Amino acid sequence: MIPLSHYLALSAILFVLGVVGFVFRRNVITIFMCIELMLNAVNLAFIAFSRYLGNLEGQMFVFFVIVVAAAEAAVGLAIIIALYRTRETLSIDELDSMKM
Amino acid sequence: MVILFYVCAVLAVLAALGVVFQRRPVYSALSLIVVLCSLAVIYLLLGAEFLAVIQVIIYAGAIMVLFVLVIMLLNARTESSTDRSRIARWLGAPLIAALLVEIVAVVWKQFPSANTPPAAPLDAGPAAIGQLLFRNYVLPFEVTSLLILVAIMGAVVLAKKQL
Repeated sequence: MIPLSHYLALSAILFVLGVVGFVFRRNVITIFMCIELMLNAVNLAFIAFSRYLGNLEGQMFVFFVIVVAAAEAAVGLAIIIALYRTRETLSIDELDSMKM
Repeated sequence: MVILFYVCAVLAVLAALGVVFQRRPVYSALSLIVVLCSLAVIYLLLGAEFLAVIQVIIYAGAIMVLFVLVIMLLNARTESSTDRSRIARWLGAPLIAALLVEIVAVVWKQFPSANTPPAAPLDAGPAAIGQLLFRNYVLPFEVTSLLILVAIMGAVVLAKKQL
């Protein structure tokens, strides 16, 4: 049997890779995909704990996280489309009109 | 079982590296689909059949189709690298390495690999999930339906021609 810590280590690696992409990438869509990567890392941790603690509630949380991710993707991509219409760019460096 | 887990874990990490380091958004999206599918296999190994299926249908299916469609629609090409922030360039990598070390250290300290025997396998099929969802989590479930309604309306309004 695989120890719980291996699942959690995989989850940590995926989460950190998501953070790396979120910080270093410049394309809005790629940044958005990195957020999905982080959400999936958290889901993996939830399911691993659910299995090892013998509690189904962790899987409930994952269910709700997936639903919220779907809603977030729909609204987020609509915002990206609206931004592209008005600004003609996908680079996060150009989208700085709220910067002081 | 054990070998399958490690194969899927390595595949997921490699594909996640692809998501982060590919220059073209389409390649990132395709790598993300590989990550999602290998995570679905890991969910199956953990006995979460329902969520594995949901992962493939909703995530790798619906959400990623949306992503690929938007990438196609907006004609997103190779991103140009800019060099705006010197601080981010020199401080970013060490800080992220520190974050990884911190998470892994906490995991290792809290859950030493030897003494965490798994609980008895759960029945995590659709029937058990449905029982829990419609008995204990009815209110969150209904709130979720409201959330999705608002998200649909928000997406339609935001994607209109004149905002």
